[in-house]
Amino acid sequence: MPAVSKGDGMRGLAVFISDIRNCKSKEAEIKRINKELANIRSKFKGDKALDGYSKKKYVCKLLFIFLLGHDIDFGHMEAVNLLSSNKYTEKQIGYLFISVLVNSNSDLIRLINNAIKNDLNSRNPTFMNLALHCIANVGSREMAEAFASEIPRILVAGDTMDSVKQSAALCLLRLNRTSPDLVPMGEWTARVVHLLNDQHLGVVTAATSLITTLAQKSPDDFKTSISLAVARLSRIVTSACIDLQDYTYYFVAAPWLSVKLLRLLQCYPPPEDAALRSRLTECLETILNKAQEPPKSKKVQHSNAKNAVLFEAISLIIHHDSEPTLLVRACNQLGQFLQHRETNLRYLALESMCTLASSEFSHEAVKTHIETVINALKTERDVSVRQRAVDLLYAMCDRSNAKQIVAEMLSYLETADYSIREEIVLKVAILAEKYAVDYTWYVDTILNLIRIAGDYVSEEVWYRVIQIVINRDDVQGYAAKTVFEALHAPACHENLVKVGGYILGEFGNLIAGDSRSSPLVQFNLLHSKFHLCSVPTRALLLSAYIKFINLFPEVKATIQDVLRSDSQLRNADVELQQRAVEYLRLSCIASTDILATVLEEMPPFPERESSILAKLKKKKGPGNLPDIDDSRRNVNGNTEHHEPTETTNKSPPSLMADLLPTNRPRPASSSPIMLSAGTMGSSHPFTDLLNLNSPPAAAPSLLVDVFSDLSAPASVEVSEDNFSRFVCKNNGVLYENQLLQIGLKSEYRQNLGRMYVFYGNKTSTQFLSFSSSVTNGDALKGQLIVHAKSVDPVIDGGAQVQQILNMECVSDFTDAPVLNIQFRYGGALQNIAVKLPVMLNKFFQPTEMTSQDFFQRWKQLGAPQQEVQKIFKSQHPMDTDVTKAKILGFGVALLDGVDPNPANFVGAGVIHTKDTQVGCLLRLEPNTQAEMYRLTLRTSRDSVSQRLCDLLSEQF
Amino acid sequence: MQFMLLFSRQGKLRLQKWYVPLSDKERKKISRDLVQTILARKPKMCSFLEWRDLKIVYKRYASLYFCCAVEDQDNELITLEIIHRYVELLDKYFGSVCELDIIFNFEKAYFILDEFLLGGEAQETSKKNVLKAIEQADLLQEVHTHIFSTTLIFLKKKYNPGPL
Repeated sequence: MPAVSKGDGMRGLAVFISDIRNCKSKEAEIKRINKELANIRSKFKGDKALDGYSKKKYVCKLLFIFLLGHDIDFGHMEAVNLLSSNKYTEKQIGYLFISVLVNSNSDLIRLINNAIKNDLNSRNPTFMNLALHCIANVGSREMAEAFASEIPRILVAGDTMDSVKQSAALCLLRLNRTSPDLVPMGEWTARVVHLLNDQHLGVVTAATSLITTLAQKSPDDFKTSISLAVARLSRIVTSACIDLQDYTYYFVAAPWLSVKLLRLLQCYPPPEDAALRSRLTECLETILNKAQEPPKSKKVQHSNAKNAVLFEAISLIIHHDSEPTLLVRACNQLGQFLQHRETNLRYLALESMCTLASSEFSHEAVKTHIETVINALKTERDVSVRQRAVDLLYAMCDRSNAKQIVAEMLSYLETADYSIREEIVLKVAILAEKYAVDYTWYVDTILNLIRIAGDYVSEEVWYRVIQIVINRDDVQGYAAKTVFEALHAPACHENLVKVGGYILGEFGNLIAGDSRSSPLVQFNLLHSKFHLCSVPTRALLLSAYIKFINLFPEVKATIQDVLRSDSQLRNADVELQQRAVEYLRLSCIASTDILATVLEEMPPFPERESSILAKLKKKKGPGNLPDIDDSRRNVNGNTEHHEPTETTNKSPPSLMADLLPTNRPRPASSSPIMLSAGTMGSSHPFTDLLNLNSPPAAAPSLLVDVFSDLSAPASVEVSEDNFSRFVCKNNGVLYENQLLQIGLKSEYRQNLGRMYVFYGNKTSTQFLSFSSSVTNGDALKGQLIVHAKSVDPVIDGGAQVQQILNMECVSDFTDAPVLNIQFRYGGALQNIAVKLPVMLNKFFQPTEMTSQDFFQRWKQLGAPQQEVQKIFKSQHPMDTDVTKAKILGFGVALLDGVDPNPANFVGAGVIHTKDTQVGCLLRLEPNTQAEMYRLTLRTSRDSVSQRLCDLLSEQF
Repeated sequence: MQFMLLFSRQGKLRLQKWYVPLSDKERKKISRDLVQTILARKPKMCSFLEWRDLKIVYKRYASLYFCCAVEDQDNELITLEIIHRYVELLDKYFGSVCELDIIFNFEKAYFILDEFLLGGEAQETSKKNVLKAIEQADLLQEVHTHIFSTTLIFLKKKYNPGPL
């Protein structure tokens, strides 16, 4: 075997390296290195000037020491000196040292840049290349400042050598990546594009990388590269492999260049020019055809290079997503690779199919490989391949195969590698929620997750199952029964205890009728786990116990005994002790009514992005899943936008300032993340979040889908017939025609409201593609947030479905939101729009006060703009009891004995909005003889007075 | 490509090339993590793995592991062949290259790499052209004959007789 006979060796260096290799211990190595460092330091500091060779040798030794992982804090100056040596090897070592040990010392940078400048101007291609390599390796800002304008000149100059052009192109690419602002675009860009036509394939290869980087940033400037790239690619793929001589690699023509050209084309949509487009399609077809040809060599390099081009071509096909034939061919090709004996190819096929699954043209084709992929999950010996299989199953999942895929993932989870369990748990949780047709399956799946991989079930997952159970009353009983049964397992995971405690505390009553799960049995079951749990879980269980006291008075004494025990009342943990003391006291002194109020069932959670999805996104990095932050920011922006109005109106002293604390804590259920109704339709929110483009389950015609995306077509007249009937009541029939009846039930608390909308199908035929959404007019946006939950797309004949709307009043408002309903009945598309009876007075809280207080405040609100008065004729018989009921239904408290005239009605209340609270006083004076009323409203805000007066005066 | 690492079966780093700006500390941490991850993998496993937000492509040649980190959109198979081409270049230059050649002539390994890859992209994929450039550079060197050449033959035989 020939030794290194080329170049010049450095004997001292070789000896030093073998000394280091002979060191028996780390300590010996460090000792030897320190000795050498001392030696070099003394040589550098010595009086005698070192010759170039010694300098080079010592600098090289320092470099070696640095690369071993030790710190080097001197020698930079000597290395810089080497740069200006006229001996090539000295210069070369100097550059290598500078490239590896970049130092931002400004003095040195100036010297280095000077040396580089000299070499760039030397017209010696070898020196120029060294200088360019150094700039590309360091790529610092200082270098970009010094050379970013110089390098393009070298790149496009007519007399530049090919090898220098190649270095210049990639040098520019590096500077553009690190300091894009410093690389000036100019007339050179057009000439760079033409390098794609260069005779020298090495120049084309380097230039293609540069153009791709530039085109990603400013695609329009490099559009002309498309046709040149297609032409070049076409010449390569149709060439006989010997044509390209040394650029042929194991019988594959210019694989690197082909991959780069295909990559460049992925910066653009499919070419618009038909001829160009068909030429590109031809290229892609040729590449796909070649994959079917027998290999020209048995070497793995041959198949790797060939398949590298093939995979890049498939990426381009997926990127264009416009040629169904190519997409399906690509999918079939990948399908073959799924069973290939090369692990690498199976891995890449799984990875590539993941992106193919999101194309509507190939989603179905990908789904046909489900069995192979599931098999891969079971049989692949390499965890990174199994990971790809999990990803693909996740990507190909839709309503049709969700049960199978979730079941397979669950069974894989039992043996899965620890490193990927958490991710699988998140994926299963997301799929189970997204494709749950009935929520009992969802509950079962999550409980299975906790059973199989409890340690990997993060808080987000069990929070989510509780949110869903609380928000869906159809599953609450089932959930209670299932957790109750699951808790019987001898060793159940603590996460299950948490879920169990929470759910039984809320809904244990739903299964208490069965003697096997009587209240006492439930309590004993939960309490048997108590001592094995951590403090946070115990705290949760204590809350469950106090909820039990409310749900089941019969176990009150038992639970009080538990709370009273020393281990609770004197618990060393402050939180536990406090809970025990407070709950015990509460259970002793509070009446059943108060208990029932304090411990009421949790209000529904506002609909929001699944926190699990957010977590998966975080794990996978932001690029892999589209973000919805923008819509959130929008909502926040709106709220902020309205704040100024509030402050300007605040100047008069608030009427109720002394009655009610203005900064009430908002209910626990309220969340900062509510989506404004204007942006949310009733289509399944997840579909948008994940952007999987999976076809809708019911597979209605495309046309319907297009329509359902439009909100409130302008042609539909908004019905408001029954609107005013809901001013003083919350329940009733809102709308009815021959096909459909819409009923409402609503409840309000402070500035939050919830409305249950019932859609009844009056016919015996199914309604298909049923959807309903809520839109707010421009004025209303930002004043009232309405979030509509999704509704089942099919309503059977004679059946009724329910939709929940959550509302939040941000500031006072006059308009009403519109409910838009669309569905298909016997082939005809039906559009209905109804004004939704959400009025300002719904956010009233009644206020009791004495006569004295009332008139004192009445006087305070004496400013002309604060009072609105209306005198009107009675529309209905003047019945005192009916009038009282209406005023109460309006939301205010009726104050008896305040008005000196007992025939008059007086009321008080506070309107709660998120921004502020507005106190309101009203007085209604009937004149039975004239059949007239006089209504007077005084509030701190004129718009509120006017709106309330308008609403109420219509009612009598 | 973000970086390339060469390391031995014992986990000793033999060459490191970084194409993205990273602090010395980060580089050390990355190298340590990756060397550990890759050495733990079994021989028949696939050459690709996901690591943080990068794709790792690696291959073992005799006692040395070659490992490249590429970005999400990069082509794994072509990266595998970049590694192979680099091995071919080293092999041709040193004549049956072995780990010791790279240890004792680490600067040459860097020079060859710079001719082949620049800024993390393939600069010249023709084997002939890369070697021509290196040979031209070697011709520029002044003559410095050394007895050292014989020392190295001895060392190579003693420590690592097999080719890569």
